[in-house]
Amino acid sequence: MTELSKTGAAVGEPVRSGAAPDAFLEVRDLKVHFPTDDGLVKSVDGLSFQLEKGNTLGIVGESGSGKSVTSLAIMGLHRLGARGKNVRMSGEIWLDGKELVSASPDEVRRLRGREMAMIFQDPLSAMHPYYTVGSQIVEAYRVHNDVDKKTARRRAVELLDRVGIPEPDKRVNSYPHEFSGGMRQRAMIAMALVNNPELLIADEPTTALDVTVQAQILDLIRDLQKEFGSAVIIITHDLGVVAEIADDILVMYGGRCVERGPVDDIFYQPQHPYTWGLLGSMPRIDREQTDRLIPVKGQPPSLINVPSGCAFNPRCPYADVPKDNVTRTERPELREVGGRHFTACHLSQEDRTRIWNEEIAPKL
Amino acid sequence: MSETETRAAVPAPRAEEKPLLKVEGLVKHFPLKKGLLQRQVGAVKAVDGIDFEVRRGETLGVVGESGCGKSTMGRLITRLLEPSGGRIEFDGQDITHLSTAGMRPLRRDVQMIFQDPYGSLNPRHTIGTIVSAPFKLQGVEPEGGVKKEVQRLLELVGLSPEHYNRYPHEFSGGQRQRIGIARALALKPRMVVADEPVSALDVSIQAQVVNLMDDLQDELGLTYVIIAHDLSVVRHVSDRIAVMYLGKIVELADRDALYEAPMHPYTKALLSAVPIPDPRRRGAKSERILLKGDVPSPIAPPSGCRFHTRCWKATEVCRTTEPPLAELKPGQRVACHHPENFEDQQPQDVVLLAAAKEAGELVPDEVLAQSAETSAAVAAAEAAAADTTGTAGTGETEVAEVAKETEVAKETGDK
Repeated sequence: MTELSKTGAAVGEPVRSGAAPDAFLEVRDLKVHFPTDDGLVKSVDGLSFQLEKGNTLGIVGESGSGKSVTSLAIMGLHRLGARGKNVRMSGEIWLDGKELVSASPDEVRRLRGREMAMIFQDPLSAMHPYYTVGSQIVEAYRVHNDVDKKTARRRAVELLDRVGIPEPDKRVNSYPHEFSGGMRQRAMIAMALVNNPELLIADEPTTALDVTVQAQILDLIRDLQKEFGSAVIIITHDLGVVAEIADDILVMYGGRCVERGPVDDIFYQPQHPYTWGLLGSMPRIDREQTDRLIPVKGQPPSLINVPSGCAFNPRCPYADVPKDNVTRTERPELREVGGRHFTACHLSQEDRTRIWNEEIAPKL
Repeated sequence: MSETETRAAVPAPRAEEKPLLKVEGLVKHFPLKKGLLQRQVGAVKAVDGIDFEVRRGETLGVVGESGCGKSTMGRLITRLLEPSGGRIEFDGQDITHLSTAGMRPLRRDVQMIFQDPYGSLNPRHTIGTIVSAPFKLQGVEPEGGVKKEVQRLLELVGLSPEHYNRYPHEFSGGQRQRIGIARALALKPRMVVADEPVSALDVSIQAQVVNLMDDLQDELGLTYVIIAHDLSVVRHVSDRIAVMYLGKIVELADRDALYEAPMHPYTKALLSAVPIPDPRRRGAKSERILLKGDVPSPIAPPSGCRFHTRCWKATEVCRTTEPPLAELKPGQRVACHHPENFEDQQPQDVVLLAAAKEAGELVPDEVLAQSAETSAAVAAAEAAAADTTGTAGTGETEVAEVAKETEVAKETGDK
């Protein structure tokens, strides 16, 4: 633990350790490590970001890049499950002036559901099959509000109506299996919103849904955010989804942030070779048909043996551009490359601009 | 079925040649049983009368929402399931009701790649055993021995021959999908049916596998049927695309025609729902057609056109009469009474159903106006063309044709 907290503040902003930040949500140098028989899994290894109310942050990355563990850590759910017993966590998570990493599980429990809520990828396994949808929403409401069952039930019906479930006064008595996938996801959003949380974390909220239902759910999340003014973190691997809904994007690779910035910068002036790779890998429905996709070569890194230096170096086509083998020996710091736009890459600004303009952008 | 010119990308589109796979009126109903005596009380109409063919060397993409029957269709044409009705012809041979033994020689020619690279490989077998299984089952002794051939296959799909003695758990998702591909290609099949081959993979790995399948098709002259729900991926890989809704094909067209001027309202809604990875296009949200509610149950599908309960153009005829899958434009077949980007097939029927009016509220006005305009223009152009052909005024026909093309171009340009 001590060895963890000593590592330098690899962030763009000055870290005033210990002091409450101005931002609504601020994560500082967050590390979540899981000891296993095979070695230490560094799921999240020094992550920092901020989020204001009313804004949406999209976290993108491949499976195993640490995006879901980040959200679980914020919610205080990282201790769950067999692996969570020995979890090592350091850094700071400030939510509305309260620090969560050092807070007791009881304190976090009081916040969870009321100030911060989560929407999971698979609503069928996230809901209890034995209880009606209504009773699960009622429970979520009564845990944090001292009201009688009748009032809570009215609130449940009101929310089911708000998220677009037809005949909410009847459907409140249905069981999760009686709902279709899209309706279940709506019901889970209703459950997450029942206490008007100020922070909503959606972990792959539309991945399990069909594209027509996905459009409905993204619309709903957008409308609800406008209405309640909450801060939203949306975790996804689909760049189309973040382009639709996010204000800021954070690209994760190997447990670290490789690029972060406003959505337009990430899509039109991306700075990190991994972000280029993601954009090139994706077939685009809005562009002329291309003959071939431009994949990222190789496999995602193991989080036990993260490559030394830049974690992306074995897959990076430009790993040899910077001098002295620095990409393999030194871990790149997150540096500001423009207004609120940060990247962690050893390439010089000139090289990056040149490669993007000459080699990458024309092929996308 | 007449061939079109637009499919230049396909290695050998020979119009005279018979299709590799021909499907007519294919039906698969899964019985629902109830009670002590297991009396049949109904059926899930997973696939309910579909016709299509797969040409040699092409890639046919099949898209649709979950539950539309696309995977069942894939399992029927590979005869992993027994059809309830209809006819499947592979290379001129009727395979509809062949027994397992009867199918065995054909298994060399038809192979399948599955979605889940974790579930489709036996965890207790080595990669060598898995990839050599097709040789053992078919009693084939490849030149140079099985082991050598397996190692060649592993190299072909981008794995190392040293992986021969490893187990599936030692591989990542993308690598496992490559193993599945190597196994499918072992016997040099002619047709490969891939059910969601890349949907379980990460974006960067997805691109690797898509490119690999592309290369293998060129190299080995494969014919693909690719079933997927991701419309961007399907557009990238396919030459022709079939859109399914509730057990029926609602539109079957060449890729470019389908994406540029979809004719079935469902296709149009489906395409408009795809999130565009371009933040500046957020304003284009106004073009998005949100469909009302969920897909109806395939146990009791709606009468007439199955989409009429959610369609904003539905009229009385849609509720009563099922539209046939008709070739309205060369290379574009559609089952709709009131198609988009084309002349209305039932112009006398103009009164919208109540449900259609509700559905229409979710459709942006611009889209409605534009669609009416295009349909009218196409109809006018058709009428003009019909007039002039009588009087042999070829010049005017061309004008009408041009007018029609510009309408289509405008439509796509606006998108």
